[in-house]
Amino acid sequence: MTRQPVRFYQVGSFAVGNRLLNDEDRTVQSSPNRTNSIDSGHRACQGCGEVLGARYALDAAMRATNGQLVAVNATGCLEVFSTPYPETSWRIAWLHSLFGNAPAVATGVAAAMRVKGKSEVRVVAQAGDGGTVDIGFGCLSGMFERNDDVLFICYDNEGYMNTGVQRSGATPPAARTATTVAAGPEPGNVFGQGKDLPRIAMAHDIPYVATATVADLHDLEQKVERAMEIHGARYLHVLVPCPLGWGSASDETIHIARLAKETGLFPVFAAEHGRVTSVSPIRHRTPVEEYLKLQRRYAHLFGSSPRPDIVARLQEIADENIARYGLVTEEAGESVASEVRT
Amino acid sequence: MFQIRIHGRGGQGVVTAAELLSVAAFAEGRHAQAFPSFGSERTGAPVVSFCRIDDREIRTREPVMVPDALIIQDVTLLHQVDLFSGLSSECYVLVNSSRSFEELGLGEFLKTFHPERLLTCPATEFAMEHLGRPLPNAALLGGFAALTHQVSLEALDRALRDRFEGVVGERNAAAAAATFRYVVEQKEESLHASPN
Amino acid sequence: MLRQIEGSRAVAETVALCRPEVVCAYPISPQTHIIEAVGAMVKAGLLSPCEFINVESEFAAMSVSIGSSAAGARTYTATSSQGLLFMIEAVYNAAGLGLPIVMTLANRAIGAPINIWNDHSDAMAVRDSGWIQLFAETNQEAADLHVQAFRLAEELSVPVMVCMDGFILTHAVEGVDMLDQSVVDGFLPPYEPRQVLDPNDPVSIGAMVGPEAFEEVRYLAHLRQMDALERIPAIAQEFEELTGHASGGLVRSYRTEDADTIVVALGSVLGTIKDAVDVRRQAGERVGVVGITSFRPFPGEAVREALSGASRIIVLEKAFSIGFGGVLATDVALVVQGSNAKVFSVVAGLGGRAITRRSLEDLLAQSVRGELNPLTFLDLDQAAVDRERARMASTRRSGPSAENLLRDLGSDYAASKAQT
Repeated sequence: MTRQPVRFYQVGSFAVGNRLLNDEDRTVQSSPNRTNSIDSGHRACQGCGEVLGARYALDAAMRATNGQLVAVNATGCLEVFSTPYPETSWRIAWLHSLFGNAPAVATGVAAAMRVKGKSEVRVVAQAGDGGTVDIGFGCLSGMFERNDDVLFICYDNEGYMNTGVQRSGATPPAARTATTVAAGPEPGNVFGQGKDLPRIAMAHDIPYVATATVADLHDLEQKVERAMEIHGARYLHVLVPCPLGWGSASDETIHIARLAKETGLFPVFAAEHGRVTSVSPIRHRTPVEEYLKLQRRYAHLFGSSPRPDIVARLQEIADENIARYGLVTEEAGESVASEVRT
Repeated sequence: MFQIRIHGRGGQGVVTAAELLSVAAFAEGRHAQAFPSFGSERTGAPVVSFCRIDDREIRTREPVMVPDALIIQDVTLLHQVDLFSGLSSECYVLVNSSRSFEELGLGEFLKTFHPERLLTCPATEFAMEHLGRPLPNAALLGGFAALTHQVSLEALDRALRDRFEGVVGERNAAAAAATFRYVVEQKEESLHASPN
Repeated sequence: MLRQIEGSRAVAETVALCRPEVVCAYPISPQTHIIEAVGAMVKAGLLSPCEFINVESEFAAMSVSIGSSAAGARTYTATSSQGLLFMIEAVYNAAGLGLPIVMTLANRAIGAPINIWNDHSDAMAVRDSGWIQLFAETNQEAADLHVQAFRLAEELSVPVMVCMDGFILTHAVEGVDMLDQSVVDGFLPPYEPRQVLDPNDPVSIGAMVGPEAFEEVRYLAHLRQMDALERIPAIAQEFEELTGHASGGLVRSYRTEDADTIVVALGSVLGTIKDAVDVRRQAGERVGVVGITSFRPFPGEAVREALSGASRIIVLEKAFSIGFGGVLATDVALVVQGSNAKVFSVVAGLGGRAITRRSLEDLLAQSVRGELNPLTFLDLDQAAVDRERARMASTRRSGPSAENLLRDLGSDYAASKAQT
């Protein structure tokens, strides 16, 4: 029997349009009754991946909780661009305290709701990668370890974008930032550093850990919904390209996020109680070069004095991810193997 | 005001002893204040605690500089710590030991003190007998009560039973009572032995 | 009921009477006995509904408190010293957000050199954070101040820190008249927040504020503290009428009626100072004491009035601003400006050094003789300091000063033992 892969060219991707789905499978955003957690008028940059991710995640969480939600926000782009005093884009109960304490603040909110007899109110904490893997890490690990009833969402744009694009513990190797400049024999961020927070979260044995990108927003919504079905500490790590920090075109955000997944550089999966339960397989295996070339933070790897050696090391990282999570199905793998070798 | 300083080692109940003394005095309607010397609390390290007893409000917060009574729970401290700082010859001295002051090498030092205010007593042995553990504090408090009359044995007994529930409280109270009797006997003996 | 009780225990039981709903803390000496006791009561179900949360740091402890207070729960925490410094960003944040958290600060020195004993460096480090800071003189006052603190905090939407001397009060066992639940319930109504995280009436709390409004927001916080200057004595008076306990208030004077020399201080050292004053009074000297209970807000007018008759003001404090002098002394000097009184700054009791009645008597005598310097370090071992200064002058790599001083004092001690 031969199988014919179906492609939905109308959206230029493998994503399935809402029109083709049953009502119950349609996205939260397609509903006229969605919350609009983050209203228009905020000051996010053109093509901001973070605000897109946050909007989908929070609207999904609002639907999952019948609107009984409190969001706690770490300091960062999302907080700054959403609340230029005296205006606010938030149409949900929202609290910002500090850069490094969102997980603990969320723990406090959840505890208060329990003692107040409002256990139907659920709590989401959100932060960028700096507020998650670096300055907020102590509080996050504590929240995980206690299994507090909080969904923590990291919007990962791989650096300190709010302060002018500096390196974080989530900045990938070779990427240029203001503190890892493209100079010297090893230009950009060094290899062998950085935290893989989804795996660290899994090591805490918390009930739910998942990753997502803004390229597959329906997947993001479903993961938020799954997370809200569970009590205890949950972690969702969302890759959100940053046109400013990554040096990419603002209309390429979705495309770049998709390539991050399709190259294997950003594995998309879900895990429960420390075990991977599902992965989003790579549909069209792509060499990392295609992903890197779209971003000026990697420009020093190409051009007049290219560094194919560094590109090859990044490809190795992608390949390791693919092997670790089994991201490539057989047919996709075969079609890609030759491309990667060239 | 009557001021007590207790020396011992971490784990011997030095801090608890001062507290119990204050509770006993309080129960008899007096003002009392107990506090430790605030070291890092490690087993075996030298520890000091203080207790003040008065008929009026106690306001001072300074450590007991000039004690009216000194309790030494552990004689191995004799050559480690300045146990006798601020001591006047009016001071009561109660030492946990089965040896005499002469045997402990303190005879000369205590020569000018009132003999009826000085006593060594084998509190650890009483503790072993009644508690089965070498915790001399309750026993010594019994001795202190007999020696100084600052608190009654009844008040001490109540404080011990309030602090330690059930059989532990009973055993501590028994150790205190045993030492109390021992001290009373010793005092009587020395009274009869004195030539007057 | 009057009970012979450890200070920490008295505070813990009184906090429990205030019906806190979320308690979150991280252990640090000398605060531990307080949170252990509160935690045990929560665990035993004596405080239902209440959540006790063990966290991974003081920063998290204050952050959890921020979350629970913003969500409308009466919230309590406690810390000391390094712990306060570790949470300092959140301490400022709680005040900035106007969250009525009550925190016990078991006062302890700040390292390096590491030191677990009492002084007031920790409280002074957050002097400007926007928290109300009340200092307890006795364990009775420490316990009572917590009830007043919750009332004050929640009335004004300002966090309140009850400062009690670490070890000296927290670990002291003395008589405390413990309140009844009904008395506390009558004094402290349930917490009605001014702002709260409510999904059914959503607000944004913690927005970014630019230059166009920041000064006004800060000024409003100042006004709330000025309001506290009115409320603190009123609440203390109401408390006294209800309980008979003269705890709290702004300042308290002792034998100052005709005094020309007045000692000003915070916290438990006031007791020892009163004893010293009694002794000097017997010697015919006109000396008195003023204790400041409310350090922030600083009761300028009340302090000025309390000191109005004095020509010599000795501000004795367990902290100082390195490179200048006394912190409290600066505040006092500012409010008595224009009077003829001279203000002397005395730094004492750092890192747990005992402040003895004898030293205080000497200090007062010195002052009466007109021999007191503008800045004095009480009972300073000048010889040890000089030796270390000499070492530093003679060799570049003189090593760590703290360790040098200890070695120096250790050999002094050994030498004195050898002589006896």
